[in-house]
Amino acid sequence: MDLNYTPEERAFRDEVRAFLAEKLPKDVASKEKNDKRLTKDDHLRWMGALSERGWLGVNWPVEYGGPGWDPVQRHIFDEECTAAGGPRILSFGVFMVAHVIMKFGNQAQKDHYLPRILDLTDWWCQGYSEPGAGSDLASLKTSAVRDGDHYVVNGQKTWTTLGQHANKIFCLVRTDPKAPKPQQGISFLLIDMDTPGITVRPIILLDGEHEVNEVFFDNVRVPLENRVGEENEGWTYAKYLLTHERTNIAGVGLSKEAMRHLKVISGDQVKGGRPLIEDPVFRAKMARVEIDLMALEMTQMRVLAAAQEGAAPGAESSILKIRGTQIRQAITDLSRRALGPHALPFQSDALDEGFNGETLGPDYANPVAANYFNIRKQSIYGGSNEIQKNIIAKMNLGL
Amino acid sequence: MDFSLTEEQRLLKESVDRLIADKYTFDERMKIAGSADGYSEQMWTTFAELGLLAVPFPEELGGLGGGGVDLMIVMEAFGRGLVVEPYLATVVLGGGLVEALGSEEQKAEILEAVIGGARKLAFAHGEPDSRFELAQVRTTATKSGDGWVLDGRKSVVLNGAQADDLIVSARVSGDLTDEDGIALFLVPKDTEGLTLRGSPSIDGGQAAEVELTGVRLGAGAELGAPGQAYPAIEQVTARGIAALCAEAVGAIEATNDITLDYLKTRKQFGKPIGSFQALQHRMVDMRVALEEARSMSVLAAAKLRADRAERERSVSAAKSLIGRAARHVAEESIQMHGGIAMTWEYSVGHYCKRLVMIDHQLGDVDHHEERFVRFVDGT
Repeated sequence: MDLNYTPEERAFRDEVRAFLAEKLPKDVASKEKNDKRLTKDDHLRWMGALSERGWLGVNWPVEYGGPGWDPVQRHIFDEECTAAGGPRILSFGVFMVAHVIMKFGNQAQKDHYLPRILDLTDWWCQGYSEPGAGSDLASLKTSAVRDGDHYVVNGQKTWTTLGQHANKIFCLVRTDPKAPKPQQGISFLLIDMDTPGITVRPIILLDGEHEVNEVFFDNVRVPLENRVGEENEGWTYAKYLLTHERTNIAGVGLSKEAMRHLKVISGDQVKGGRPLIEDPVFRAKMARVEIDLMALEMTQMRVLAAAQEGAAPGAESSILKIRGTQIRQAITDLSRRALGPHALPFQSDALDEGFNGETLGPDYANPVAANYFNIRKQSIYGGSNEIQKNIIAKMNLGL
Repeated sequence: MDFSLTEEQRLLKESVDRLIADKYTFDERMKIAGSADGYSEQMWTTFAELGLLAVPFPEELGGLGGGGVDLMIVMEAFGRGLVVEPYLATVVLGGGLVEALGSEEQKAEILEAVIGGARKLAFAHGEPDSRFELAQVRTTATKSGDGWVLDGRKSVVLNGAQADDLIVSARVSGDLTDEDGIALFLVPKDTEGLTLRGSPSIDGGQAAEVELTGVRLGAGAELGAPGQAYPAIEQVTARGIAALCAEAVGAIEATNDITLDYLKTRKQFGKPIGSFQALQHRMVDMRVALEEARSMSVLAAAKLRADRAERERSVSAAKSLIGRAARHVAEESIQMHGGIAMTWEYSVGHYCKRLVMIDHQLGDVDHHEERFVRFVDGT
């Protein structure tokens, strides 16, 4: 047993570092580190740099244009990107729909869609949740009815992240409303966002941000050839996507960054004439989360090592999701509390580049409370933590 | 990065796992823990025969040359079996100190006897008011001719009554909490002026109170250079902490297994109680606690040979997290069982007692959280 990286792994880490020093746009990294708002162009410039290097398809096999990295390399890549201030790679194309197409798509779909993901021609968003179908996703009602060589889609999707930027959406739709079980009768469609009948409406979140949307479908005509796999088998593909090994689900790198930032804040804030970080009560709270984060990282390493040995991904990713989100939330909670009264003032436009005004309090204070409220989403999305517990109870414990 | 076990480690694991499953059944354990000696001499001999008492010692001293991972393998199995034999006291702490500080003659003589199962040791270090502070030593050692005179009092000496020799810490110079000035002495238990009162502990183990009144020791009783013992005490304690972490992982695993089994078989309202989501999610939390505890146990074992700051930061983080995980599992497993877990005859209560009491040995959650901060912040 040896927890250190091998010489080859260290050499790879140096290669990633060199790339980041040269190619990660400085202004994007600075925004990411200071919790500033990222534009569509910021995302595209960063992912474009990765694409050019052949590193965007992080967990893609070589045959589809991926770098062919093993799980430990992917972990190193993620750690280094996060530490350098590289925004998260948007997951809907690269990590989600691409893998469904690789696994279940036909040759024409692979040839058409996969290169367009890697060269950033397409920006994908996800059409899963509906107003009446959240954790009970299989109860979705958006319908797709055959009409000649098209489906006609009617219904509503919601929580569509960054749908305002997307030109493509992958959707779960009901193609057989009479199927005996709700999981049967669902199909997986790839839809152009500019098809007539699609309307996107913003949902503003509690921090004032436009991050998610509602997407309405009113007699939207989708060619049959845009269906992935078999009709009425979409649930199988959706589940594959949800349980598919997702790199970075624990968010260790991001939490480490957030912890570093917390230390900056608590080192600058003052309590009783001394830095807050020297207050034993507050420092103990921080220590507890730091230790939890060490355990999360070690658990992730163990899961990676098992994956390296060829173990099938199972309920471990649910454990990583639950603890990863709880720990991230605990850090944002402490950052907010570290500010005391300075957590109150919030000017949304100060998050944009080019803001010339001055916020109240220390310059790091403005986004902290908003970020705390925003991060509450993590234990809800991607299968709520309660759903993750159901998965572990069933898959791991046999309950 | 490599998490795999070597061939020797796999064999060790097979052998100790089989021993515990076959020979250290719950009924057997309860008999041993309730016996007059508080452990089984026969079991100790079996440990010796299987080489378990040789695991951490260097090969040139007759040991197996095992590191933190090998120790982890043994202690995890012991945790599953709720083993009460004085392994931590004799092999890990006592033997570890002899290995770290002893002269060539002391090492050869004492460790051969320890490995063979003929001699047991105990580390008499803690005092009535030292709590978990490793450097706090009030007991004094005064030079007298060629030898020394020891005066003081030692508290909660793990397996003191079961040991042949005590390794006693005493101050030869410095203030109460100075790291400098601490010496270790080998004191046979029948030495004049030494009185020892043994007591069972709540978790099935044994502890003793030791009084030293004008205890005269001849030349050669010192273990290492007098006054310079602290670094070895800290290092050996780190090994002890890693051992306790692994023991906790084994006990958590066993407790989880028993509780899960109970959820699947116990029926109320006409169905297994494990069909209720309120209990399923709590069982999941216990499972998550096991994974985190295991991760930290591995970390502690792997860092025992790292430099001081990294080693101490790692073992303190591990002990602290595992203290929380163990208490969580203990309390939840009792609650999820209901009344049956409150009975003496059912195993879970005994696992819970051990799980909670591990936090009272070699530093608890709060102690190690504070210590973690000291080593992280460098204060």
